[in-house]
Amino acid sequence: MNSIAGTARLPSSRRFTDRVGDRVLFGLTALASLIAVVVIALVIYQIVHGAVPAMSKYGVGFLFHDTWNGSTIFGGGATIFGTLVTSAGALLIAAPLGIAIGLYLSQLTSPRTAAVIGPLVELLAAVPSVIIGLWGIVVLAPIMRSTIEPALHNVLGFIPLFGSPSLSGSGIFTAIVILAIMALPIIAAITRDLFLTVPSELKDGALALGATRWEMVRGVVLGSMRPGIASACILGAARALGEAIAVLQVIGFVFQAHANLFDNGSTLAATLANDATSNNTTLETASVFYLGVILLGIELLVNLAAQAIVRHYRLPSATGGPTQKIVDVSAAATALDVEM
Amino acid sequence: MDESPAEVDVTMSQVAAPLAIEVQEASENDAATGEVVFDLHDVNVYYGQALAVAGVSLEIYKNHITAMIGPSGCGKSTIVRSLNRMNDSVSGFRLTGECTYHGNDLYASGVDPVEVRRRIGMVFQRPNPFPKSIYDNIAWAPRILGLKENLDERVEKALRGAAIWDEVKDRLKTSALGLSGGQQQRLCIARSIAIEPDVLLLDEPCSSLDPISTASVEDLMQELKRDYTIVIVTHNMQQAARVAERTAFFSLDVSEGRRTGILVEYDETSKLFTRPTDKRTEDYVTGRFG
Repeated sequence: MNSIAGTARLPSSRRFTDRVGDRVLFGLTALASLIAVVVIALVIYQIVHGAVPAMSKYGVGFLFHDTWNGSTIFGGGATIFGTLVTSAGALLIAAPLGIAIGLYLSQLTSPRTAAVIGPLVELLAAVPSVIIGLWGIVVLAPIMRSTIEPALHNVLGFIPLFGSPSLSGSGIFTAIVILAIMALPIIAAITRDLFLTVPSELKDGALALGATRWEMVRGVVLGSMRPGIASACILGAARALGEAIAVLQVIGFVFQAHANLFDNGSTLAATLANDATSNNTTLETASVFYLGVILLGIELLVNLAAQAIVRHYRLPSATGGPTQKIVDVSAAATALDVEM
Repeated sequence: MDESPAEVDVTMSQVAAPLAIEVQEASENDAATGEVVFDLHDVNVYYGQALAVAGVSLEIYKNHITAMIGPSGCGKSTIVRSLNRMNDSVSGFRLTGECTYHGNDLYASGVDPVEVRRRIGMVFQRPNPFPKSIYDNIAWAPRILGLKENLDERVEKALRGAAIWDEVKDRLKTSALGLSGGQQQRLCIARSIAIEPDVLLLDEPCSSLDPISTASVEDLMQELKRDYTIVIVTHNMQQAARVAERTAFFSLDVSEGRRTGILVEYDETSKLFTRPTDKRTEDYVTGRFG
């Protein structure tokens, strides 16, 4: 009893100001975190609040109505369609390429080569989107117009997706390619980091059974990393969904929903960048906000899906095995400055 | 449970009675034919410029259990991993000298390591089951090798062969990661024998197992040597004495500031443990080492 009572009277070797440091540290860090929460809440509130006039006028029908004449009639159908088509298309191109790069850098090449190519791939993520868009206008669009679109149309023209080529080279398909370029480094870098976490014991185990390198990669590396790969692709798609400027530069901005990929179109993000000017009518401003609400909702869903996949597939791993580090996907995405 | 005291590292008490270690007699093994499976002659292994293991010459016999013992870093794992070319992926690895398998030079140009490993299976220090079901762990290799006929029987035979069938037969579809360490290691042995290799290389297979699991794996090795040639690397001298007909003692040669693994002595286990010809072997097996 004495010892317990005694501790209360231990002479303090620290000054009062030392304890103040603890309080200040806690206060400042808590405040910083609070600011982030408040900003997110305010942004969401403002956007939803701004969208209320359009929401009450159009209701859910806004999602499916595809006319947007800029003065009296506003519908989000065409832009939602454009957003989903461009992002899905970009993912179709970027996912296999990105996974291939991830495999090459993590499994198939020497660490020395990977140390050269890896940072270059990551650098692609650091190129400002407006510059990629500029490249799209100056370099990609002419090639699309003169070569790629006619070739695709000739071979696959019986599919409505590959209709008559565009006259300018800009359009949905060009936007898909641009978005694929932007999603690619994210998928490549995340899958590479993911594949590097596959324990060498597992790979040795497969090789010791007489598996070829491809069989090892397919069975052990890809096989055990499926949820992580899915998450990486979703994060790549999130990048494509939210990209505004580069899309605006190459999509030949028009409010229409077409089967023909070579036609012009629009996306939610591009419309937000293009139409949110100060001299809008109240209804147009509200409609632009409505598009913002929809975009926020899609991005939110996509991120939740990525998290759900990771959580669902986290196996109890006795060896501290390959599924352990998948949660780092979101950290990797943050490091790459993914817009989410 | 009787095995458990043997798991304790060599203590001074054993110095007084080195002969007390129970030794596997080579003559007990009727299946051994004396046929040479591996023939190593003056094998040197380099990692980059560094000579890791020098001048290893030994013959490994069919249906024998051959143990490799010695202190850490003496190159015993390096040598055993060289037997199925698992070192190929180690950067800077280079092997000189003759290393033949049934008379075929394992390191001749044109030898496909995939074919080598198909015949020479390996079980590793840490149990490394794939993050798949128990069934798929076993069935994976037969599937990729085109041995798809009667796959269920093959899986059952492998699991029975590794003495784990009774423990897992009701949960074949559950994850292999849910098994205990000892079960996982026997699963890995089952995985290796499912493709009916010729040789099993065991690289310290019991070092992460408890004494009971260790005993079960050792019993299993006695069963397996009827069908397979087994090479086991072990830190545990008693284990070598218990299971192996022949034992190779590796040591470290520290000269001119370099540490190189060397093969000190290779003989019948009973002789190596009771009448070693080399002073270094005697010091090691009697616990006077280092």
